[in-house]
Amino acid sequence: MGTVTVENLKKSFGKVQAIAGISFETVAGEIFGIIGADGAGKSTLLQILVTLLTPSGGSGTILGYDIFKDYRKIRTLVGYMPERFSLYPDLTVEENLQFFTKLFNVRQSSEDLSLNTFARQLIPFKNRRAGKLSGGMKQKLALSCALVHNPQLLILDEPTRGVDPISRTEFWQKLISLRDSGKTIIVTTSYMDEANLCDRIAFCDQGRFLLTDSPQSIINKEKEPIYAIRGSNMFRLLQTVRQWERTKACYTFGDTLHLRIDKGYSTDELLHFLKNSGCPDVSIQAIKANIEDCFMQLVNNPEKAETTIN
Amino acid sequence: MLAAFVKKETLHILRDKRTILIVLLIPIILLVLFGFALSLELKNIDIAIIAEHRTESIRQLAEKIEANPYFTYKRVINSGESDECLRRGDADAIIIFSKDFEKSLQRPTDKPVIEIITDASNPMNSNAAIGYLQSVIAGSISPIAEIHMLYNPQMSSAYTFVPGLMGMIFLLICAMITSISIVREKETGTMQVLLVSPAKPIYIVVAKMIPYCILSCLNLVTVLLLSKYLLHMPVENGWLGVCLISFLYIILSLSLGLLISSIAKNQVMALVLSAVVLLMPIMMLSGMIFPIENMPWLLQEISYIVPAKWYIEAVKKLMIEGLPFRSILTELLVLLGMTLFLVIISLKIFNRKKD
Repeated sequence: MGTVTVENLKKSFGKVQAIAGISFETVAGEIFGIIGADGAGKSTLLQILVTLLTPSGGSGTILGYDIFKDYRKIRTLVGYMPERFSLYPDLTVEENLQFFTKLFNVRQSSEDLSLNTFARQLIPFKNRRAGKLSGGMKQKLALSCALVHNPQLLILDEPTRGVDPISRTEFWQKLISLRDSGKTIIVTTSYMDEANLCDRIAFCDQGRFLLTDSPQSIINKEKEPIYAIRGSNMFRLLQTVRQWERTKACYTFGDTLHLRIDKGYSTDELLHFLKNSGCPDVSIQAIKANIEDCFMQLVNNPEKAETTIN
Repeated sequence: MLAAFVKKETLHILRDKRTILIVLLIPIILLVLFGFALSLELKNIDIAIIAEHRTESIRQLAEKIEANPYFTYKRVINSGESDECLRRGDADAIIIFSKDFEKSLQRPTDKPVIEIITDASNPMNSNAAIGYLQSVIAGSISPIAEIHMLYNPQMSSAYTFVPGLMGMIFLLICAMITSISIVREKETGTMQVLLVSPAKPIYIVVAKMIPYCILSCLNLVTVLLLSKYLLHMPVENGWLGVCLISFLYIILSLSLGLLISSIAKNQVMALVLSAVVLLMPIMMLSGMIFPIENMPWLLQEISYIVPAKWYIEAVKKLMIEGLPFRSILTELLVLLGMTLFLVIISLKIFNRKKD
């Protein structure tokens, strides 16, 4: 049995359907990433998993406990970090940790603290108010607080939003070491580079999982070539490329444009078209699709998602 | 676990210096304002006198005016000066004694002629001034008709405000601040963590209430001390009763705050709800400012569900009318019922899982 098993989970707020039937299963000791734009239903899904919300339909178990009946039990076993979680800014690091330790009825021993490597890193700042910590430090403290009761399942809602790249890397290293110690982690993110660090990811869009697989096999399955385009006037270039009749999809990716074209056409024709349309000095390069390309493809062609799942 | 919660809440309060200062100062400022500065009575009315001959009886009257705490006796002026004097604001009222004032006093058939000129640009003040002057003059000139003041006008308006103020202060502090502090936790996501923790929701709520309850009791002590030593309220043995009913009212206000926090989505909404939905009816319908007896039938009926009305009524009975404790049994029971109702309702709502 999986750590988390949900079957056809649904959730509506009035007429708005936030979750439109999601099924998935996680196995012990994996990082399960949920990728999706804002409003895709990620946070709602996590709130159902931690029993803050009652689903409108479907079924599910967390660590073997039913999400409808055994919510009290589930609450003692899960570590949860909500979106925008900021602890108590007016309490010090130590007071925050102490409070959460007591909250989860844990008797704090030195052993626990040493297990909690993040907490150890925070010792030099223990008398500082949580509100005065940097964004990265705050998230470390929040994770430490979520870990005080040594939960087997961690549910983190966009834990690295607004955190600097170095702290993000550190945070993910911590997640990976937690996974290696056997914990299951369900995490939402909108950063595609973090998606690659997950063992399995699910693309979430409009309350559905479009695709669930490991990042590597998602990329490997992608057969269509992707082209990266560079030029001087990117905005104009984007407009022009989109006008080309063979363009299937074109979107910005960092400082380049990514392009998919109809089968059987080459980029030489595009270069020609661009030159005629007043966009010289353009370089086009075939690249391997990355996670974001796959995500864009799925979101724009949801009918393809069904076939991929089957 | 409860101890950890209470400690945390206490730290929140202690760390927020500005709020705690406001909370502790509000009662003092309001009491002093309503008790002294915003007194409905007119004090320090400047009086000038026009008299051609300073006879014995005029001198006596001037002395009486000078001795009266309501008046400030300015000086004797010439008859030509009177307009100028009023216009400049040197005097609020001028008493003019006619030339044959002294003689007319001797002859019982003649009525002594005294003119009073007042600055009626503020009709209320001018009326009050005339009223006071008439009683002083009448008492001085015809000593047979002694005038008794049946009430103690000097302090009366100061302490009729105290029960109303108490009704307002406790509600303000308990409901508004508790609701804001709970909603703040919703906003920062900490409430979600508290709710998914093994802690029972009732712990979370009770822990929120305890520090604010203590703070309010502190305020109660301040208010009572100020009423006794600053406003000299003649409460003889009603103190215990006042404390008891106030404590009940504090619990009631705290559960109202809890109720608001379950409705409000953010701190601003909590503030608006407590200010508009709670404070306005309390000011208007509790009898604090406008007498309930004068209200139209519908508003009178509505006033029965305003908790502050019952509380203020009870405190009035104990503190001002000096009635024994058993006289407030009705109010006590009504408030007790309301408190139980609110505590149960707000706990129910707080406990409910969102669906």
